[in-house]
Amino acid sequence: MNGAQDLGGMMGFGPVQPEPHEPPFHAEWERRAFAITLAMGAAGSWSLDASRFARESLPPARYLTSSYYQIWLAGLERLLEERGLVGADEIATGHALTPPKPVRRVLKAADVAATLGRGGPVDRPPTAPARFAVGDAVLARNMHPEGHTRLPRYVRGRAGVVEAIHGCHVFPDSNAAGRGEQPSWLYGIAFRGRELWGEGTDPRLVVRVDLWEPYLEGA
Amino acid sequence: MARDHDHDHDHPHDHSELSETEVRVRALETVLTEKGYIDPAALDELIETYETRVGPKNGARVVARAWSDPAFRTWLLEDATAAIRSLGYIGRQGEHMVAVENTATTHNLVVCTLCSCYPWPVLGLPPVWYKSPAYRSKAVRDPRGTLADFGVALPEETEIRVWDSTAEVRYLVVPMRPAGTEGWSEEALAGLVSRDSMIGTGLALAPGRTGEMKP
Repeated sequence: MNGAQDLGGMMGFGPVQPEPHEPPFHAEWERRAFAITLAMGAAGSWSLDASRFARESLPPARYLTSSYYQIWLAGLERLLEERGLVGADEIATGHALTPPKPVRRVLKAADVAATLGRGGPVDRPPTAPARFAVGDAVLARNMHPEGHTRLPRYVRGRAGVVEAIHGCHVFPDSNAAGRGEQPSWLYGIAFRGRELWGEGTDPRLVVRVDLWEPYLEGA
Repeated sequence: MARDHDHDHDHPHDHSELSETEVRVRALETVLTEKGYIDPAALDELIETYETRVGPKNGARVVARAWSDPAFRTWLLEDATAAIRSLGYIGRQGEHMVAVENTATTHNLVVCTLCSCYPWPVLGLPPVWYKSPAYRSKAVRDPRGTLADFGVALPEETEIRVWDSTAEVRYLVVPMRPAGTEGWSEEALAGLVSRDSMIGTGLALAPGRTGEMKP
């Protein structure tokens, strides 16, 4: 969706502000928000793609004025409410008011290391041959889906070249919507800076973007 | 006894020192625990892992190995997932790794314009600036200006390749090995590899300027 998360190329946010010796967390609530988000992700009630969609579905003004873990928290609350796992009344009162619904698993402390170590690989066996080869000229489709997509606005309609084939990966657009993984070929596409940003752009800039086959057409 | 019916709701409550966000996080953690969806001990373990065990020192070791061992460097550039795994750095947000090498003519810079994708097993959790709208918006359009925000200036003829992590592939920049480090041990070399140099917003430190990185 064309939400506030799709930031590539926007102006007006000012300089990047590095923080020397930055700690992993800046407050106790950030630690807890991070951990409950990961623990609930491990419960298996939604995919990473669905949680990204929940975060980017925040109204743009709220997204841009929320801190990172506030965005995580809002996304988590939305997922829990949508699936009937936690009600708004329960978040408001801070206590369980209805019986729990079944979840696939509950992450235990003893299983954290193994669970993190396994991760969540998204490569899948191919179901069809790759349509493009390294060196092919391609065009990123000019599409504006209202659901989740990982096709940034700044490359839509732009010409690039296939530089890498990463194999078949879970397709976020369908997976986020609960329509299954629909594994698709994933390519590393190189775009010249001038193709993306026009005149005045550094001629030595190349932007590499990972794009799934349904985002691409032959040029 | 229940709260008085004429209780003044503008009156500070017992958690008056907490922000609305802190109250919501506490409430949510309590509800999730009461419902049995989460185990509080697992939360502590998750926090402990990313605060003390997983961080950019892992990535620095990968880079130092690539600098000292040509066979490992080749492996890393051809199959970063396997090469990094061989050093024990595996798992969540590092399932599909690609290493990109800086040279005298090319500089690499990594960003996620859509969220905050970052190679956790080798770099830990991303810093606030990496997740900020300023960095995510500017890095793909004006990488030289972005580098200037970090005090880094590159020769005009250097090609800049920006890697936007739009999928689950995670990128690790192998910075250029600083001059004057011939014969250095892997451990000493790792001390020159800053977190920012593995994102591309910094360069490896010159000898004598050892970094101070958390684990």
